[in-house]
Amino acid sequence: MIKIIRDFVQRMLHQIFSKKKVIRLGLYGPPNSGKSTLANKIAKDWLGEKMSPVSHIPHETREIIVKEKIVIKNRGRELTFNLVDTPGIATKIDYEDFMKFKLSKEKSKERAKEATKGVIDAIKWLDDMDVVMVVLDAADNPYSQVNITIIGNLVARKIPIVVVGNKIDLRKANLKKVESAFPQYDVVGVSALKGRNMEELYESLFKAVK
Amino acid sequence: MGLTLRFVPYTDLESLEIEAKITHLLDIVKDKSIVLMEGRLKPEEEAALIQRTMQEINKKFRGVELCTIFPEDKNLAFFKKFKKNFASMILGNREGLTIIGPASVIKEIRRDPNKIQLFTVSTRR
Repeated sequence: MIKIIRDFVQRMLHQIFSKKKVIRLGLYGPPNSGKSTLANKIAKDWLGEKMSPVSHIPHETREIIVKEKIVIKNRGRELTFNLVDTPGIATKIDYEDFMKFKLSKEKSKERAKEATKGVIDAIKWLDDMDVVMVVLDAADNPYSQVNITIIGNLVARKIPIVVVGNKIDLRKANLKKVESAFPQYDVVGVSALKGRNMEELYESLFKAVK
Repeated sequence: MGLTLRFVPYTDLESLEIEAKITHLLDIVKDKSIVLMEGRLKPEEEAALIQRTMQEINKKFRGVELCTIFPEDKNLAFFKKFKKNFASMILGNREGLTIIGPASVIKEIRRDPNKIQLFTVSTRR
Protein backbone atom coordinates (compact mmCIF):
# COMPACT_ATOMS: atom_id res chain seq x y z
CA MET A 1 0.00 0.00 0.00
CA ILE A 2 2.78 2.39 0.98
CA LYS A 3 4.59 1.54 -2.29
CA ILE A 4 1.45 2.36 -4.30
CA ILE A 5 1.06 5.72 -2.55
CA ARG A 6 4.78 6.47 -2.96
CA ASP A 7 4.65 5.64 -6.68
CA PHE A 8 1.56 7.80 -7.13
CA VAL A 9 3.18 10.78 -5.38
CA GLN A 10 6.38 10.34 -7.41
CA ARG A 11 4.38 10.18 -10.63
CA MET A 12 2.46 13.36 -9.73
CA LEU A 13 5.63 15.23 -8.76
CA HIS A 14 7.30 14.14 -11.99
CA GLN A 15 4.33 15.36 -14.00
CA ILE A 16 4.33 18.73 -12.25
CA PHE A 17 8.07 19.41 -12.46
CA SER A 18 8.76 17.88 -15.85
CA LYS A 19 6.31 20.27 -17.48
CA LYS A 20 8.52 22.65 -19.43
CA LYS A 21 7.53 26.21 -19.94
CA VAL A 22 6.77 26.91 -23.57
CA ILE A 23 8.42 30.14 -24.71
CA ARG A 24 6.59 32.25 -27.23
CA LEU A 25 9.11 33.41 -29.83
CA GLY A 26 7.93 36.14 -32.19
CA LEU A 27 9.45 37.08 -35.53
CA TYR A 28 8.90 40.78 -36.16
CA GLY A 29 10.16 43.20 -38.77
CA PRO A 30 9.25 45.19 -41.86
CA PRO A 31 7.69 43.45 -44.89
CA ASN A 32 10.01 41.35 -47.06
CA SER A 33 12.81 41.13 -44.50
CA GLY A 34 12.60 37.32 -44.62
CA LYS A 35 10.63 36.53 -41.45
CA SER A 36 8.72 33.66 -43.05
CA THR A 37 11.85 32.26 -44.69
CA LEU A 38 13.50 32.31 -41.26
CA ALA A 39 10.41 30.75 -39.63
CA ASN A 40 10.53 27.99 -42.25
CA LYS A 41 14.23 27.41 -41.67
CA ILE A 42 13.74 27.13 -37.89
CA ALA A 43 10.72 24.82 -38.29
CA LYS A 44 12.61 22.71 -40.87
CA ASP A 45 15.71 22.48 -38.62
CA TRP A 46 13.78 21.20 -35.59
CA LEU A 47 10.51 19.73 -36.88
CA GLY A 48 11.48 18.79 -40.42
CA GLU A 49 8.64 20.79 -41.93
CA LYS A 50 7.95 24.33 -43.17
CA MET A 51 5.31 26.60 -41.65
CA SER A 52 4.70 29.72 -43.79
CA PRO A 53 4.24 30.50 -47.47
CA VAL A 54 6.88 32.85 -48.90
CA SER A 55 6.84 35.20 -51.88
CA HIS A 56 8.80 38.10 -53.38
CA ILE A 57 5.58 40.16 -53.25
CA PRO A 58 5.45 42.18 -50.02
CA HIS A 59 2.87 41.28 -47.34
CA GLU A 60 2.71 37.59 -48.25
CA THR A 61 2.15 36.85 -44.54
CA ARG A 62 -1.07 38.65 -43.66
CA GLU A 63 -2.12 36.53 -40.69
CA ILE A 64 -0.31 35.42 -37.58
CA ILE A 65 1.03 31.87 -38.11
CA VAL A 66 1.97 29.82 -35.07
CA LYS A 67 3.94 26.58 -34.99
CA GLU A 68 3.71 25.00 -31.57
CA LYS A 69 6.21 23.03 -29.53
CA ILE A 70 9.42 23.42 -31.44
CA VAL A 71 12.16 21.95 -29.27
CA ILE A 72 15.48 23.69 -29.95
CA LYS A 73 18.74 22.33 -28.56
CA ASN A 74 21.90 24.32 -27.98
CA ARG A 75 25.03 23.26 -26.07
CA GLY A 76 23.23 20.63 -24.04
CA ARG A 77 20.27 22.89 -23.23
CA GLU A 78 16.82 22.28 -24.58
CA LEU A 79 13.99 24.80 -24.79
CA THR A 80 10.47 24.50 -26.18
CA PHE A 81 9.15 27.36 -28.29
CA ASN A 82 5.89 28.33 -29.91
CA LEU A 83 7.16 30.10 -33.01
CA VAL A 84 5.01 33.06 -34.09
CA ASP A 85 5.50 34.36 -37.63
CA THR A 86 3.91 37.82 -37.92
CA PRO A 87 2.89 40.04 -40.84
CA GLY A 88 5.42 42.73 -41.70
CA ILE A 89 4.85 46.02 -39.93
CA ALA A 90 4.43 49.01 -42.24
CA THR A 91 3.18 52.57 -41.95
CA LYS A 92 1.61 52.62 -45.40
CA ILE A 93 -0.07 50.12 -47.71
CA ASP A 94 -1.03 51.00 -51.26
CA TYR A 95 -2.84 48.42 -53.36
CA GLU A 96 -1.29 49.89 -56.49
CA ASP A 97 2.12 48.68 -55.29
CA PHE A 98 0.85 45.09 -55.56
CA MET A 99 -0.33 45.69 -59.11
CA LYS A 100 3.32 46.24 -60.06
CA PHE A 101 3.75 42.54 -59.31
CA LYS A 102 1.10 41.73 -61.92
CA LEU A 103 -1.70 41.10 -59.44
CA SER A 104 -5.16 42.11 -60.65
CA LYS A 105 -6.77 45.25 -59.21
CA GLU A 106 -9.27 43.14 -57.26
CA LYS A 107 -6.60 40.85 -55.83
CA SER A 108 -4.37 43.83 -55.00
CA LYS A 109 -7.18 45.60 -53.12
CA GLU A 110 -7.98 42.42 -51.21
CA ARG A 111 -4.32 41.88 -50.36
CA ALA A 112 -4.01 45.50 -49.16
CA LYS A 113 -7.07 45.12 -46.94
CA GLU A 114 -5.78 41.90 -45.41
CA ALA A 115 -2.32 43.43 -44.98
CA THR A 116 -3.67 46.38 -42.96
CA LYS A 117 -5.43 43.95 -40.64
CA GLY A 118 -2.24 41.90 -40.40
CA VAL A 119 -0.24 44.92 -39.19
CA ILE A 120 -2.85 45.69 -36.53
CA ASP A 121 -2.80 42.05 -35.33
CA ALA A 122 0.99 41.87 -35.29
CA ILE A 123 1.15 44.91 -32.99
CA LYS A 124 -1.60 43.46 -30.75
CA TRP A 125 0.38 40.24 -30.35
CA LEU A 126 3.48 42.07 -29.10
CA ASP A 127 2.21 41.87 -25.53
CA ASP A 128 2.09 38.07 -25.67
CA MET A 129 5.69 37.46 -26.67
CA ASP A 130 8.39 36.11 -24.35
CA VAL A 131 11.26 36.82 -26.73
CA VAL A 132 11.40 38.44 -30.17
CA MET A 133 13.72 38.16 -33.14
CA VAL A 134 13.63 41.50 -34.99
CA VAL A 135 14.35 40.42 -38.55
CA LEU A 136 15.90 43.07 -40.81
CA ASP A 137 17.05 42.89 -44.40
CA ALA A 138 20.81 43.44 -44.08
CA ALA A 139 20.83 44.91 -47.59
CA ASP A 140 18.33 47.64 -46.59
CA ASN A 141 18.80 50.86 -44.65
CA PRO A 142 18.43 49.81 -40.98
CA TYR A 143 17.53 53.33 -39.78
CA SER A 144 13.86 52.99 -40.67
CA GLN A 145 11.24 54.19 -38.23
CA VAL A 146 9.44 50.82 -38.29
CA ASN A 147 12.57 49.12 -36.92
CA ILE A 148 12.96 51.80 -34.25
CA THR A 149 9.25 51.60 -33.30
CA ILE A 150 9.33 47.80 -33.00
CA ILE A 151 12.46 47.81 -30.84
CA GLY A 152 11.16 50.74 -28.74
CA ASN A 153 7.96 48.85 -28.02
CA LEU A 154 9.83 45.67 -27.08
CA VAL A 155 12.11 47.62 -24.74
CA ALA A 156 9.08 49.33 -23.15
CA ARG A 157 7.54 45.88 -22.55
CA LYS A 158 10.86 44.45 -21.28
CA ILE A 159 10.79 41.68 -23.90
CA PRO A 160 14.24 40.25 -24.73
CA ILE A 161 15.40 41.00 -28.28
CA VAL A 162 17.65 39.32 -30.82
CA VAL A 163 18.37 41.56 -33.82
CA VAL A 164 18.77 39.44 -36.95
CA GLY A 165 20.44 40.87 -40.06
CA ASN A 166 18.99 38.53 -42.67
CA LYS A 167 20.01 38.05 -46.33
CA ILE A 168 23.77 38.23 -45.69
CA ASP A 169 24.18 36.19 -48.86
CA LEU A 170 23.24 39.26 -50.92
CA ARG A 171 26.11 41.30 -52.33
CA LYS A 172 24.54 44.55 -51.05
CA ALA A 173 24.22 43.23 -47.48
CA ASN A 174 25.97 45.44 -44.92
CA LEU A 175 25.89 43.89 -41.47
CA LYS A 176 28.24 46.55 -40.07
CA LYS A 177 25.58 49.18 -40.83
CA VAL A 178 22.94 47.15 -38.96
CA GLU A 179 25.36 46.76 -36.04
CA SER A 180 26.08 50.48 -35.92
CA ALA A 181 22.35 51.28 -36.01
CA PHE A 182 21.70 49.07 -32.97
CA PRO A 183 24.94 49.14 -30.97
CA GLN A 184 23.23 48.09 -27.74
CA TYR A 185 22.20 44.70 -29.19
CA ASP A 186 23.96 41.61 -30.40
CA VAL A 187 23.27 41.56 -34.11
CA VAL A 188 23.39 38.13 -35.73
CA GLY A 189 23.89 37.99 -39.48
CA VAL A 190 22.18 35.05 -41.17
CA SER A 191 20.94 33.88 -44.50
CA ALA A 192 17.70 32.08 -43.73
CA LEU A 193 17.40 31.13 -47.39
CA LYS A 194 20.84 29.49 -47.56
CA GLY A 195 20.82 28.36 -43.93
CA ARG A 196 23.98 30.30 -43.09
CA ASN A 197 24.97 31.09 -39.50
CA MET A 198 21.93 29.47 -37.90
CA GLU A 199 23.99 27.99 -35.04
CA GLU A 200 25.06 31.49 -33.97
CA LEU A 201 21.43 32.58 -34.12
CA TYR A 202 20.29 29.74 -31.82
CA GLU A 203 23.15 30.59 -29.48
CA SER A 204 21.98 34.23 -29.30
CA LEU A 205 18.39 33.11 -28.79
CA PHE A 206 19.37 30.99 -25.80
CA LYS A 207 21.44 33.88 -24.40
CA ALA A 208 18.44 36.22 -24.73
CA VAL A 209 16.09 33.76 -23.02
CA LYS A 210 18.63 32.86 -20.26
CA MET B 1 3.70 70.80 -56.32
CA GLY B 2 4.10 72.76 -53.07
CA LEU B 3 4.59 71.09 -49.71
CA THR B 4 2.86 72.35 -46.58
CA LEU B 5 4.68 71.91 -43.29
CA ARG B 6 2.69 72.27 -40.08
CA PHE B 7 4.59 72.78 -36.84
CA VAL B 8 2.92 71.11 -33.84
CA PRO B 9 4.35 72.42 -30.57
CA TYR B 10 4.64 70.09 -27.61
CA THR B 11 2.15 72.22 -25.68
CA ASP B 12 -0.57 71.41 -28.24
CA LEU B 13 -0.38 67.72 -27.42
CA GLU B 14 0.82 67.38 -23.84
CA SER B 15 -2.64 67.41 -22.24
CA LEU B 16 -4.26 65.13 -24.84
CA GLU B 17 -5.02 61.45 -24.34
CA ILE B 18 -3.31 59.09 -26.75
CA GLU B 19 -6.37 58.69 -29.04
CA ALA B 20 -6.95 62.44 -29.26
CA LYS B 21 -3.26 63.04 -29.89
CA ILE B 22 -3.27 60.59 -32.80
CA THR B 23 -6.50 62.02 -34.23
CA HIS B 24 -4.97 65.51 -34.15
CA LEU B 25 -1.81 64.37 -35.97
CA LEU B 26 -3.63 62.24 -38.55
CA ASP B 27 -6.10 65.03 -39.32
CA ILE B 28 -3.19 67.24 -40.36
CA VAL B 29 -1.62 64.45 -42.43
CA LYS B 30 -4.94 63.65 -44.15
CA ASP B 31 -5.04 67.30 -45.13
CA LYS B 32 -1.91 66.51 -47.15
CA SER B 33 0.36 68.49 -44.83
CA ILE B 34 3.59 67.32 -43.25
CA VAL B 35 3.67 67.38 -39.45
CA LEU B 36 6.78 68.72 -37.74
CA MET B 37 6.12 67.80 -34.14
CA GLU B 38 8.20 69.08 -31.25
CA GLY B 39 9.40 66.12 -29.21
CA ARG B 40 8.62 62.50 -29.88
CA LEU B 41 5.82 60.07 -29.31
CA LYS B 42 6.25 57.29 -26.78
CA PRO B 43 6.85 53.83 -28.34
CA GLU B 44 3.32 52.71 -27.48
CA GLU B 45 1.95 55.92 -29.05
CA GLU B 46 3.94 55.23 -32.22
CA ALA B 47 2.49 51.69 -32.31
CA ALA B 48 -1.02 53.08 -31.77
CA LEU B 49 -0.44 55.63 -34.56
CA ILE B 50 0.48 52.79 -36.93
CA GLN B 51 -2.59 50.78 -35.88
CA ARG B 52 -4.92 53.75 -36.39
CA THR B 53 -3.27 54.51 -39.73
CA MET B 54 -3.93 50.93 -40.86
CA GLN B 55 -7.57 51.16 -39.73
CA GLU B 56 -8.10 54.34 -41.71
CA ILE B 57 -6.43 53.39 -44.97
CA ASN B 58 -8.81 53.86 -47.87
CA LYS B 59 -8.87 54.99 -51.49
CA LYS B 60 -7.70 58.51 -50.62
CA PHE B 61 -5.49 57.82 -47.60
CA ARG B 62 -2.68 55.30 -48.21
CA GLY B 63 -0.85 55.68 -44.91
CA VAL B 64 2.00 57.75 -43.54
CA GLU B 65 5.73 58.13 -43.63
CA LEU B 66 7.14 58.62 -40.17
CA CYS B 67 10.52 59.60 -38.79
CA THR B 68 11.76 60.60 -35.38
CA ILE B 69 14.99 62.45 -34.78
CA PHE B 70 16.39 62.63 -31.30
CA PRO B 71 19.76 63.42 -29.79
CA GLU B 72 21.70 60.39 -28.57
CA ASP B 73 22.49 60.75 -24.89
CA LYS B 74 24.81 57.76 -24.51
CA ASN B 75 27.90 60.00 -24.51
CA LEU B 76 26.52 62.49 -22.00
CA ALA B 77 28.23 62.80 -18.65
CA PHE B 78 26.26 61.52 -15.66
CA PHE B 79 25.31 64.97 -14.36
CA LYS B 80 24.15 66.20 -17.78
CA LYS B 81 22.09 63.04 -18.25
CA PHE B 82 20.55 63.50 -14.80
CA LYS B 83 19.76 67.15 -15.59
CA LYS B 84 18.19 66.13 -18.89
CA ASN B 85 16.07 63.39 -17.33
CA PHE B 86 14.97 65.75 -14.55
CA ALA B 87 13.94 68.40 -17.11
CA SER B 88 12.00 65.75 -19.08
CA MET B 89 10.24 64.71 -15.87
CA ILE B 90 9.17 68.29 -15.13
CA LEU B 91 8.50 69.61 -18.64
CA GLY B 92 7.77 66.43 -20.60
CA ASN B 93 9.92 64.95 -23.35
CA ARG B 94 10.32 67.86 -25.75
CA GLU B 95 13.60 66.65 -27.13
CA GLY B 96 13.81 65.66 -30.75
CA LEU B 97 11.51 66.16 -33.66
CA THR B 98 8.90 63.90 -35.24
CA ILE B 99 8.08 64.13 -38.93
CA ILE B 100 4.85 62.57 -40.19
CA GLY B 101 3.86 62.92 -43.81
CA PRO B 102 1.09 61.49 -45.97
CA ALA B 103 2.29 58.53 -48.05
CA SER B 104 0.59 60.07 -51.08
CA VAL B 105 3.00 63.02 -50.86
CA ILE B 106 6.10 61.61 -49.16
CA LYS B 107 7.44 58.50 -50.84
CA GLU B 108 10.16 57.87 -48.33
CA ILE B 109 11.93 59.49 -45.41
CA ARG B 110 15.46 58.17 -45.40
CA ARG B 111 17.46 58.66 -42.27
CA ASP B 112 21.12 58.06 -41.83
CA PRO B 113 22.62 58.93 -38.50
CA ASN B 114 23.48 62.50 -39.53
CA LYS B 115 21.01 63.45 -42.22
CA ILE B 116 17.38 63.13 -43.25
CA GLN B 117 16.14 63.02 -46.81
CA LEU B 118 12.51 63.44 -47.81
CA PHE B 119 11.62 61.91 -51.15
CA THR B 120 8.36 63.14 -52.57
CA VAL B 121 6.01 61.32 -54.88
CA SER B 122 6.68 62.71 -58.33
CA THR B 123 3.19 62.39 -59.77
CA ARG B 124 -0.12 63.14 -58.11
CA ARG B 125 -2.75 60.47 -58.05
